[in-house]
Amino acid sequence: MTLKHLSIESVGVSFPTRDGTFTALRDINLTIAQGEFVAMIGHSGCGKSTLLNVIAGLVEATTGAVLLDGKVVDSPGADRAVVFQDHSLLPWLSVYDNVRLAVDKVSGKSRTRAERHTWTMHNLDLVDMAHAKDKRPHEISGGMKQRVGIARALSMEPRILLLDEPFGALDALTRATLQDKVMNIHATLKNTVVMITHDIDEAVLLGDRIIMMTNGPAATIGQDLTVGLPRPRVRLETANDPAYLTARSEVMRFLYDRFQHPKEAA
Amino acid sequence: MNKVALVSKVSLDEKRAESLMSSIDTERVRETAAPPSAAGAKVQSPPGSFASAARHLVERVGKALEGALPTAVLLAMLLGAWQLACSEPGASLPPPSKVISDTWPLIAHPFYVGNGTDQGLGWQILASLRRVAMGFGLAAVAGISLGVLIGHSKVAFRALDPMVQVLRMVPPLAWLPLSLATFHQANPSAVFVIFITAIWPIVLNTAVGVSNIPQNYRNIAKVLQLTGPEYFFKIMLPATVPYMFTGLRIGIGMSWIAIIASETLIGGVGIGFFIWDAWNSSLMSEIIIALVYVGLVGFALDRLIGAIGRLISRTAGAR
Ligand SMILES: Nc1ncnc2c1ncn2[C@@H]1O[C@H](COP(=O)(O)OP(=O)(O)O)[C@@H](O)[C@H]1O
Ligand SMILES: [Mg+2]
Repeated sequence: MTLKHLSIESVGVSFPTRDGTFTALRDINLTIAQGEFVAMIGHSGCGKSTLLNVIAGLVEATTGAVLLDGKVVDSPGADRAVVFQDHSLLPWLSVYDNVRLAVDKVSGKSRTRAERHTWTMHNLDLVDMAHAKDKRPHEISGGMKQRVGIARALSMEPRILLLDEPFGALDALTRATLQDKVMNIHATLKNTVVMITHDIDEAVLLGDRIIMMTNGPAATIGQDLTVGLPRPRVRLETANDPAYLTARSEVMRFLYDRFQHPKEAA
Repeated sequence: MNKVALVSKVSLDEKRAESLMSSIDTERVRETAAPPSAAGAKVQSPPGSFASAARHLVERVGKALEGALPTAVLLAMLLGAWQLACSEPGASLPPPSKVISDTWPLIAHPFYVGNGTDQGLGWQILASLRRVAMGFGLAAVAGISLGVLIGHSKVAFRALDPMVQVLRMVPPLAWLPLSLATFHQANPSAVFVIFITAIWPIVLNTAVGVSNIPQNYRNIAKVLQLTGPEYFFKIMLPATVPYMFTGLRIGIGMSWIAIIASETLIGGVGIGFFIWDAWNSSLMSEIIIALVYVGLVGFALDRLIGAIGRLISRTAGAR
């Protein structure tokens, strides 16, 4: 286990805009170990997606660099699979074909046709979506779409799984089910996960660490909290664990006291 | 997105109508189980049951008749009013009954072959359609290519958009003299007029479609490291097909309008010249019947392109 699996070193991001440069992020320093589950939380607009996109290689860091296993990340790649908040599936492809597109592209050379089919189905099975493999995205529910998005990301066998508010648009019950699903997958595959969320309970329940972002512009990491909860975590039992409650109130203090939402503070 | 605002004004309404065509727009985040799909609903009646199939058919025909009823009633009323207004001797237009009786030979023998431009109405329409097919086909290929370029590249957009915006304002017939001077012949000139008429809506709508490809789809392509051709066929084409067909549909309608107009000037076999010829011989009934045919053929062309578009967007991207 390398300690410095993913390291974000003095990353800052500025966007050129009509009225000058807009600095979204500054001085981000973060080291993530192999297999760690990192939850990132912060008020909307603070720059969480921007940071995730820098890790994914979709946005270029203006200053600093991101290193994955010692190599600089400067372009997108299948080793960092992203699950987007919504509309992440191609609507003209079936559920199966959405995943298969990724499988064909990422393991077109290393697997035979039959193996790619098996692998596609295996990943759909992981998220319990094999039964709907021939459905189009508009024929399935929002929660199912997110599951397919996760299956697609997993099928790429990424070194890091990046989740951008994956359950933000879902109702509480569906969200809980998918959170359990993600916890199970993480326990089985032991992959590194960076997940953005705006839900405090989600962050505490899922994360080994919670990265709290200050408000933008020029946001940075305000607090890095390690959640001292043993795994496997069971929703009902964990909810009353003192460690859970401590972490929860710590995050609440950060978000609602130290760094209130800019609008509410005004 | 001001780029989109610039180019999309022409076709906003069409686009709204067309949006039904694309599943992209109807996608919605729903949490409850998805309702049965259209295909699923159809197989609910026991398969092979003749009685239920027949009932289904009767229902559908009934619905169709119900839908057509207001149109039929209104049409009958209008024809009736026309008949009444024009049955006096000396009326400037013939009443419908006289139109039919005057032109009965034309209606009954659409594929009559005579000398020179004296051909059946079917041949006249086919001659016009052939010109439209050539001009429109060229416009589709060139327009889609140009549209992809403009929509995809900011430099190409900046270079070409002003020209497109100016050129598309030139009325089709204004191209005709230039076209005749260049090609010296009636037929290629007419084809060129069709081409130059149809190409602009195709370019603009394709460009809007390409520049509107959601960032998420582009991000997916980047994460998967799709190559240029893979991106073109797997993402850009399927995402843009509904827009392209909006352009093609507007284009075919404009082509049909333009061919009729340009044929009146260049002569030869074709429904446009047929109308002009009839006017010169004061054959009002022939003009009226030709107008009905022109309208019906134009309507059919529009529906044809619409149907092809629906078919393609349903199958686009499927392996
Ligand atoms: N391409 C861009 N150009 C200019 N500003 C941007 C761009 N992307 C994001 N921003 C700005 O950066 C800030 C952070 O955005 P984002 O990372 O999406 O926030 P979050 O995901 O935390 O809600 C916002 O103020 C947003 O307006
Ligand atoms: Mg965001």
